[in-house]
Amino acid sequence: MQLTGAQALIKSLETEGVEVVFGLPGGAILPVYDPIIDSSIRHILVRHEQGAGHMAEGYALATGKPGVAIVTSGPGATNIVTPIANAYMDSTPLVVITGQVASGSIGTDAFQECDITGITQGITKHNFLIRSAHDIPRAVAAAFYIATTGRPGPVLVDLPKDIAQSTMEWWYPSSVEELDLPGYRPLVDLDLERIAEAAELIAASERPVLYVGGGTLKSRASAQLLAFAERTGIPVVTTLMARGAFPDSHRQHLGMPGMHGMYAAVTAMQKADLLISLGARFDDRVTGKIPAFAPLAKIIHVDIDKAEFNKVRRVDVAVRSSIDRALEALDATGVVAQDLEVWWKEIDTWRETYPLVYDESDDEKLLRPQLVVESIYKASAPGTIVSSGVGQHQMWASQFWGFEEPGTWINSGGAGTMGFGVPAAIGAKVGRPDRTVWCIDGDGCFQMTAQELVTARSEGIPVKIAILNNAYLGMVRQWQEMFYEERYSEVYLDADLPDYVKWAESMGCVGLRARTVAEMHEAIRIANDINDVPVVIDFRTDSSEKVFPMVAAGASNDDIMVHPSQREK
Amino acid sequence: MNAPEPFLGVTEHTPVRHHILSVLVENKAGVLSRVAGLFARRGFNIYSLAVAPAESSAKFSRITMVVDAETTPLEQIVEQLDKLVNVVAITDIAPKDAVERELLLATIRTEVNSRTPLSDVVANSGAAIVDVDAHSITVMLAGTPKACDLLEAQLEEFDTIELHRTGRVAVPRLGTSASA
Repeated sequence: MQLTGAQALIKSLETEGVEVVFGLPGGAILPVYDPIIDSSIRHILVRHEQGAGHMAEGYALATGKPGVAIVTSGPGATNIVTPIANAYMDSTPLVVITGQVASGSIGTDAFQECDITGITQGITKHNFLIRSAHDIPRAVAAAFYIATTGRPGPVLVDLPKDIAQSTMEWWYPSSVEELDLPGYRPLVDLDLERIAEAAELIAASERPVLYVGGGTLKSRASAQLLAFAERTGIPVVTTLMARGAFPDSHRQHLGMPGMHGMYAAVTAMQKADLLISLGARFDDRVTGKIPAFAPLAKIIHVDIDKAEFNKVRRVDVAVRSSIDRALEALDATGVVAQDLEVWWKEIDTWRETYPLVYDESDDEKLLRPQLVVESIYKASAPGTIVSSGVGQHQMWASQFWGFEEPGTWINSGGAGTMGFGVPAAIGAKVGRPDRTVWCIDGDGCFQMTAQELVTARSEGIPVKIAILNNAYLGMVRQWQEMFYEERYSEVYLDADLPDYVKWAESMGCVGLRARTVAEMHEAIRIANDINDVPVVIDFRTDSSEKVFPMVAAGASNDDIMVHPSQREK
Repeated sequence: MNAPEPFLGVTEHTPVRHHILSVLVENKAGVLSRVAGLFARRGFNIYSLAVAPAESSAKFSRITMVVDAETTPLEQIVEQLDKLVNVVAITDIAPKDAVERELLLATIRTEVNSRTPLSDVVANSGAAIVDVDAHSITVMLAGTPKACDLLEAQLEEFDTIELHRTGRVAVPRLGTSASA
């Protein structure tokens, strides 16, 4: 069967089981857009290529399937660089197809030419510049294989226009060998000796903590984690990337560790004699000052990526494995730690003394942002998916939402990409139309990518956006208040400019505003009752609210600052 | 830095904690850029680098690089390198376990009637004269990095127009290689 390169590309995506792509056409990718008309694949037309990338990420995080985006060359390609970098930092499986100028024009500074494989070299797991139409199936199959195996990540396929227009005899690789990737070996045999060594450390420990990272979600190991944790009684912390990997309501869950983590989670790690790291990477937002991090702890580090071992912290036992298999093997040893009663007593004292708190709302003042998050959580159905942008609102969302299952928390962790929330929520809703999807956003973040609500309205994707509008770039403001002597530099945004309600309405969404607690509850109720169009709520929140607990950047986790009301204890 | 470990092939521009990585890569466009880019963005240092088609097949090339294992643990360099999809195999050769050679080419300004001192240096170092004209001589040495260092030092007494070195290539001594 003779196909054009463009037809072969779309057929390859169909063969990979792709159901939806996010994209925006342009000159170099034009040939690819013609066969999309006849394809079973749903194409969602975004308003900016960054939106396509973040939607693909939101889709991937909510479904566990790779997200796919298609954009044109030059500025189309550079506009999706931020989502690619974001996906790389958070190990999100993504396949990005970019158009390229015709092969003969590459290197001549042709119209809308840019070296996107060069640009994305350091932020993709791998990328391909296709040289002939015959290679298209292999490149696409390899892209999906690389993006989804081992430690997942983004893969970019750059397709020159003339190759999309040339013809090829259709074929598709039927085995991994045909992908011709002699240097890529993601599958490893679990080393049972390492498991035995890990079990020995666990058996000897009196103060162990399960330090659960995003890799636990990526390898779908929640059931194995629950089984292992319950059988051993070991306390669990879930990082920002792992929220939902272990139920927040579970007695053994201490919450999120790190810079804005729960006091008990941070302190348990500091006092632990053993950290069992499951797909976590000792990120600086978790460790604080590295030499002072968990100084008494031995480290068992389970990760599929062996470059993570000893990168930040020397490990005692390194287990290269997916998290599910390692946990099954550990569980099979029947290992238990020492008696943990004393350890749990200490932990419970920290939990009782320093729970998450915030000041009560008072109708004379603006809304407490924490109350807004908590109220949306309480008013929403179980299994509701939440996305966020980056900043204070993101931390409050992670702190005050209760995550009970995987795939319900969609956020930008490693890269900290402002503007992630709205498009990621749209992508998540496309992937899980059965679920309610809320985005907890900040006013600064919202202004970066809000145009994608036009996409949401026109494509019939009813997401709900809660803007915690405090008229500031809040997290920067918090740092300027605490560490720059309240010298506020370039952080004021104005709560009334833009008019978020009118803006929402102009994009075909329902726009609401809430200034009081009563208005807040009413707006949330209305939003949850609307299931056909997107809703945007402008919650007017108090800009003086800060995120606590907090460990200052570069400080030891021992120097955690709790909420002001808890400080005299 | 503690007491330097003794080994063959110390060059002036190479601190003591260098390691030689022999990296088998796919012979594809842009692979060298991926390797160099990885070193640049992770802050690893390369002292020298030589690339040539590999012995086994036209599909592969071999990159021999001398890396600084003092500022970055060698383990991190090897593991990050191994994650590049086009990198097929990495052999880490400790300097003491390596057979290393390097090529030096130097053109020296010298008149016909005053060539005896230079000829002596060339003869004693094991180098060869590979090109001659009325006003200059080009010498070549294929030897250990240390021999190249020595010759380079000796040539300082002469009017050297150009001096180039290739960077070393290395193979493990039999029975001493460790692969990643």
